[in-house]
Amino acid sequence: MSLLTVKDLKLQFGGLLAVNDLSFTVEKNSISSIIGPNGAGKTSVFNMITGFYRPTGGEIELDGISLINKKPSQITKLGMARTFQNLRLFPNLSVLDNVKSGMHCRTKQAVWGALFQTKSQQEEERLIEKVALDCIEFVGITKNMKRSAKNLPYGAQRYLEIARALATKPKLLLLDEPAAGLNFEEKQYLIQLIRRIRDEFSITVLMIEHDMALIKEISEHITVIDYGWKIAEGTPEEVLKNEKVIEAYLGKEEVV
Amino acid sequence: MKKYKNQTLLLLIIALFILPFFLNSYWLDVLTLVLFYVVLTQGLNIVVGYTGLLDLGYAAFFAVGAYTTAILMTTFHWSFWLTLPVAFLFAVIAGVIIGTPTLRLRSDYLAIVTLGFGEIVKILATNLEITGSASGIYGIPRPAIGSYIMSTQKDFYYLILIVAILSIIAVYRLGRSRIGRAWIYIREDEDAAEAMGINRIRLKLLSYASGAVIGSIAGSIFAVKMSAIAPLSFSFLQSVMILLAVVLGGLGSIPGVVIGAVLVIVLPELLRGADDWRHLIFGVSLVAMMIFRPQGIWPSKNGTEDATDMDENGKSNDPNQSMSV
Amino acid sequence: MEIIFQILIDGLVIGAFYSLVALGYTMVYGIIKLLNFAHGDLYMMGAFIGFTFLSIFTGDGGVNTGLLGVGIVFIGTMVIVGLLGMGVERIAYRPLLLAPRLSILITAIGVSLSLEYTSMIGWGASYKVYPIILPNDGLQILGTQITFAQIGMILLSALLMLGLRLFIDKTIYGKAMRAIALDQTACSLMGVNVHQIIALTFFIGASLAAGAGIMSGIYYGTINFMMGFIIGLKAFTAAVLGGIGNITGAMLGGLVLGVIEAFGTFYFGGSWKDVLAFGILILFLVFKPTGILGAKEMERM
Repeated sequence: MSLLTVKDLKLQFGGLLAVNDLSFTVEKNSISSIIGPNGAGKTSVFNMITGFYRPTGGEIELDGISLINKKPSQITKLGMARTFQNLRLFPNLSVLDNVKSGMHCRTKQAVWGALFQTKSQQEEERLIEKVALDCIEFVGITKNMKRSAKNLPYGAQRYLEIARALATKPKLLLLDEPAAGLNFEEKQYLIQLIRRIRDEFSITVLMIEHDMALIKEISEHITVIDYGWKIAEGTPEEVLKNEKVIEAYLGKEEVV
Repeated sequence: MKKYKNQTLLLLIIALFILPFFLNSYWLDVLTLVLFYVVLTQGLNIVVGYTGLLDLGYAAFFAVGAYTTAILMTTFHWSFWLTLPVAFLFAVIAGVIIGTPTLRLRSDYLAIVTLGFGEIVKILATNLEITGSASGIYGIPRPAIGSYIMSTQKDFYYLILIVAILSIIAVYRLGRSRIGRAWIYIREDEDAAEAMGINRIRLKLLSYASGAVIGSIAGSIFAVKMSAIAPLSFSFLQSVMILLAVVLGGLGSIPGVVIGAVLVIVLPELLRGADDWRHLIFGVSLVAMMIFRPQGIWPSKNGTEDATDMDENGKSNDPNQSMSV
Repeated sequence: MEIIFQILIDGLVIGAFYSLVALGYTMVYGIIKLLNFAHGDLYMMGAFIGFTFLSIFTGDGGVNTGLLGVGIVFIGTMVIVGLLGMGVERIAYRPLLLAPRLSILITAIGVSLSLEYTSMIGWGASYKVYPIILPNDGLQILGTQITFAQIGMILLSALLMLGLRLFIDKTIYGKAMRAIALDQTACSLMGVNVHQIIALTFFIGASLAAGAGIMSGIYYGTINFMMGFIIGLKAFTAAVLGGIGNITGAMLGGLVLGVIEAFGTFYFGGSWKDVLAFGILILFLVFKPTGILGAKEMERM
């Protein structure tokens, strides 16, 4: 059964067609990927799914609910979380406070509770802290908990962004180039991490990635786009054999 | 450590309560003004310090409180205490009116729009009949508690002292709550905050309204303490002085902002005779502060504990800490 | 009908001042995305320095200064204030070029306060009477009296703006400015001396404001150390009206705002004209932040 359905998605910047009639689905509990050369429109697709860009046309549904015209925050609340291609952490805040942000949409204390430190407020604060600590532990950066995000090593910053996304308790997790800038060991760790996210939490994962080895290893379904068009989809084996894909990546002549 | 901190605070509060018995009326007045600024800076701290929205028209909310109380007490003969909830309500309305159309704007546009709104409020106060035009409203009655009429300097000192303490507690608690954290997330990275499920427009409005309410309470008390108000007290310069106190002390830092309020009020008093120079000194110190110590005198640590040796740059103080917009 | 024409002329004169000040705003904004709050105060500085020059230039307080004398005062003042603008950029803004927006905005407010109160200490807080009395003769057009002074000011403003337009379109410096506005990093990689060009932008912006300052001193007759505050806001409004970062837009925005204000003053009274201007500013920022001439820019993440 599909968790995310994208149908005839279109995005136009002025005269430039960034995404054109794109349709694909993401199956529940799968690890899926979108690949394509630089500038193919992958991040634009993510930005439309998460509500940061308004599509020019088409339909996006999460678990049967339309996401069109919804704000990013509403979409997160419906059960979708994301990371960013160029890390977007809260740089001056501690790791713990960064992750606590994810729980905002799952809790509801307002000004009143904060001012009078009501019982329900304190219970909720404990819950927020517990979930945050669990997420931090899950990605393995507990020892850095009180450091500010900007002072973490690069790899840990990537894991922190994932922990923060997990704290929103998503059904679907979107990772925008999670392996960018990671070294070999860190990539291996990331692969484990993505598998555990799916297996232990039953969270569906959709990612954009350039690292083919990584994609081949964990991705079950791939959608390939180029110049905003879908040019292929299927299992990694099918897709990587596809001529159009090879052409898009390497150019025509070199295929010979 | 924490216990020690609490004891110091307690001593400080006791000292503030007995201080009026040792001060002459001049310094008691200065101290009262400091406390007004403590309240105002706490309110602005929510907006600029926590949420990172530069508000250059904050004095408008101070005016809303002062004029609401003054008009209700003189024209309609209300009791002071009954005017407070109305001032509260008007402040929220004013905050929402200013906020709704402007909060989608980029930070520098927002700054200039708030400045424009601040000027509009001042022009309205100067030209409308109900606000007494340029001469303002005078003969505002004294507030009464039961049959006791508050009229001495000390009465108002204690009133504003209590409000200052309450506002510090409120801003402290808000800052450590789900709402306060959301404000800080917005300051740190608006888009990332939105992606984390934080409705930025709603929270920015809440930040505006909260700051407005605190400013308006200060205004209400200001009206009855002075017993006369005029548009001049709510000028752009007033907004700038409040902002200066927040920036000097340290954006988002409660102790820092209190220190800022003390400096902005007490320094000019110490520099009496150099009156002409005080605004120039303030202007230069704003520039110098931003260049050399943008995090303020007592910066907020945002709950981080970075060991200096772990720092990549070998610097423990990031010059732009807590100031991302 | 005559009245409407009269108002239009008054509006155009004031609008020309707004345009000149708005140009500095828009150029600086276009090139480094900084809202130079202190820009209106450079206009004020221009008015005061011009005032001082005129006063010393002739023993009789400048009353009989000839056209040549006034011309020299104009140029001298524009150069000095231009250098002042460069100094402000060098001391206050350049160290913060990469700092968060909030820091640099606060710095700009600090600069504004510093300039205002330097002027207050130097020249005093009271209004100063400009030492030039304009001759009242002029032309009768469509039954309306237009003084030569008004014509002169509109012409001079037009000349300055035309000069700027040519400078930006035709010279290598103008090209560098436009390039920096697009991509500062790329420019420094291509060997453009970015700091120098930014300094030049401040120089030009400040001297245009100074020119407007002297003209308004002559036109209104009195000056005061706070005169830059409101005009700064108005000029910003004009810049936004025309599309911020757009040179032609700033010129147009200033004239449009001047005329709207002149009519507003006529119909609603002088005390409400500022409300009108700020109302326009807010409406434009909210509903059409790109202004009349600004292109639609797509916000990218």
